[in-house]
Amino acid sequence: MRQPRIIVVGGGLAGLMTTIRVAESGVPVELFSIVPVKRSHSVCAQGGINAAKNLKGEGDSTDKHFDDTIYGGDFLADQTLVKGMCETAPAIIDLLDRMGVMFNRTSEGLLDFRRFGGTLFHRTAFAGATTGQQLLYALDEQVRRYESENKVHKYENWTFLSIVLDEQNICRGISAMDLRTMEVRTFPADAVIFCTGGIGAIFGQSTNSVVCTGSAQSALFQQGVDYANGEFIQVHPTAIPGEDKCRLMSESARGEGGRVWVPRTPGDKRDPRTIPEAERFHFLEEWYPKYGNLVPRDVATRAIYRVVYQEKLGLEGQPAVYLDVTHIPREVLDRKLEGILEIYEKFMGLDPREHPMRVFPAMHYTMGGIWINDKDQATNVPGVYAAGECEFQYHGANRLGANSLVSCIYGGMLAGPAAVKYARSLQAGCEGTPSIVFDRERTHQQEINDDLLNRQGTENPITIWKELGAMMTEHVTVIRYNKALQDVLDKLDQLEERMGRVNLADRTQWANQTLQFTRELSNMIVLAKVITMGALVRNESRGAHYKPDFPERDDPNWLKTTRASYNGGKIKLDFEAVDTSQIPPRPRRYDMAS
Amino acid sequence: MAANGIFIVRILRQAGPQEKPHWEEFEIRGRTGLNIITVFRDIAENPVTRDGRGTTPISYDANCLEEICGACAMLINGYPRQACSALVANLEKPIRLEPLKKFPVVRDLSVDRSVMFENLKRTKCWIPIDGTYPLGEGPRMAPELQEKGYPLSRCITCGNCLEICPRVNEHSHFVGAAIISQVRLFNMHPTGAMHAGERLDALMGEGGIEDCDNAQNCVKVCPKGIPLTESLAAINGQVLKHAVTGWLRG
Repeated sequence: MRQPRIIVVGGGLAGLMTTIRVAESGVPVELFSIVPVKRSHSVCAQGGINAAKNLKGEGDSTDKHFDDTIYGGDFLADQTLVKGMCETAPAIIDLLDRMGVMFNRTSEGLLDFRRFGGTLFHRTAFAGATTGQQLLYALDEQVRRYESENKVHKYENWTFLSIVLDEQNICRGISAMDLRTMEVRTFPADAVIFCTGGIGAIFGQSTNSVVCTGSAQSALFQQGVDYANGEFIQVHPTAIPGEDKCRLMSESARGEGGRVWVPRTPGDKRDPRTIPEAERFHFLEEWYPKYGNLVPRDVATRAIYRVVYQEKLGLEGQPAVYLDVTHIPREVLDRKLEGILEIYEKFMGLDPREHPMRVFPAMHYTMGGIWINDKDQATNVPGVYAAGECEFQYHGANRLGANSLVSCIYGGMLAGPAAVKYARSLQAGCEGTPSIVFDRERTHQQEINDDLLNRQGTENPITIWKELGAMMTEHVTVIRYNKALQDVLDKLDQLEERMGRVNLADRTQWANQTLQFTRELSNMIVLAKVITMGALVRNESRGAHYKPDFPERDDPNWLKTTRASYNGGKIKLDFEAVDTSQIPPRPRRYDMAS
Repeated sequence: MAANGIFIVRILRQAGPQEKPHWEEFEIRGRTGLNIITVFRDIAENPVTRDGRGTTPISYDANCLEEICGACAMLINGYPRQACSALVANLEKPIRLEPLKKFPVVRDLSVDRSVMFENLKRTKCWIPIDGTYPLGEGPRMAPELQEKGYPLSRCITCGNCLEICPRVNEHSHFVGAAIISQVRLFNMHPTGAMHAGERLDALMGEGGIEDCDNAQNCVKVCPKGIPLTESLAAINGQVLKHAVTGWLRG
């Protein structure tokens, strides 16, 4: 039997899990990553990973995890896939534990669990406040083991450019660029799994890493891979604003008892530690007595906006609120939250064990992503699969905290074997594809490089990017108005046109980061259009998508997946029914007991 | 803190691995909260040196920008540290930026640290699980053991400890403190301990633990505060014991 050829693009949690599953089945993997995989963005995940193991005697169950996830996602997530994820989650935790993840323990030596947003149960396993890092390392180590057995070949410091499509529009491989030599090459494959993560760079400052540009997703979209629910963008309520990025202060701070508040007096300039309890407005606790500080992220973010912009209670008139853990014993903080407190201390110069932290919402996650089916992570293009944040199926209109890590790993567990099965089912593998198909793609991609390197314009890519980010953050995140969204679409066209006049300050052929970034930026603008168009047409409010002019959820019209496709330079939106086979939609009211 | 006003940054540029390095100076506009990454972005937006010559944007490694991916290590005023957490307000001016010197330069401040990943491979730093299929729960672990292991597992492979180590040089193959500390981590895990001997074998002889001369610089530059010298001592003890029992085994 011929050996299938499998490529995985992206080496975060989803990509590594996919790689492990493929390698484990005896099929070699070529793994592409912009950065050494151990430096992937999954390292930034802090608080933990959800699994209803019910180790606290609370009567938690995978059904309750399933219900919390669907309800938290305002009924847009695929119920069949989410149910599978929640049922598999306890086994995923066991697997990670066997791989050596240093999860926090109880006195009995069992895994400890903490609270997180959108649930009333202790369901989140954690390794200090650096859980993503610990999970990524565990998978990285397993992949390194396969690498030492020559079952995995890594292409680190390479960036994906495009898929290679044959005459029948079947994916037969990829083109990629070596980020040192700038060489463009094609790589044949029977199936390619994309695990290319988030899109934060489209919003300028986000909690995401530098590589999270969405460029790969956009390139795929422009080659005919559909994109779904792009308008659902999660803004995390608690981050430290910064000029280069917004640094996340994990929901686990609240899971361990942290409280969000502002002084009741507008513009109060007192040291927060001297403000008496009665003069502090714990608005989440007052507005949402049942969930308190642990309402889902979209709810907490809108509450902060209301307090800051409507009630004018931001700290000293600034867009900021306090996230306060100073009442929690130092020993507990150091054991459970040290990783994030250290970030605050290093970047803000204040010890959060002593001083309430100043935080504000920041773009954090995309619920939308590459369209995949409801069975095995396959896209609409044969041979192309997706797993992790880059696809759309698991989180609906809002992701619950600590569900991302589990969805990455579950998606990878499905995608790897599915891609192998597909590759084995092919009558003719990629070696049967005429070399001209590969040559044509390589030449096309090389021409894009040559064109950019030779352009004699006046526009600076960093300047265009800053404008893109500022505009998207202002108009296409927490609060959305149709007029502003229409303006954004017009301006995106202008940015695209200005991209035609970029001037690359670096025209060299060695480790040219300017060329790489400019290619990514072109793709970011296309994806920004998909996001904005989805936001414009969806005249309702659901999960993270909120329009003051359409404040209610509208199931008869909008209990639908937005599916974007691309043809001849035009973006088209279609709407598909959502899987509600197990849990009928009900009103989502975290302010009421349900 | 002088948040506003112009400050000067001197950067050691190098167009490629074989090219000659040279210094360039830039004037940067000070703002509150500025870090070295923002300095690079300012230069990319206006790549002009202090004396008015056009130049290329700076090549550098970076990803998470919150000191957990390990990418952006470089010499900042002569000291190995992460560029993202180096706040301009706290740095002596003019600021001097150079690539790490113990690794091959790719371009400017970007270096090739793949040797560290290769050494993690050579020392078998993983738990050899049977497979990803369901095999029940992992081993129970005392909280004390977790609290000892967790700090070690926070190593971000930045390379600072190799950079500062006098024993890491062109004449030696010393794997450095980061790798040895990882071996300690895997050897203390209940499953990992079953294969401790293989990892210790890899740390015997040239480039292994014996190359450490106890300068104790590594622990001072670790951005994660990992007790590297404890790890070096622990592995030294394990290797000695392993050598003796190996000798007894014949």
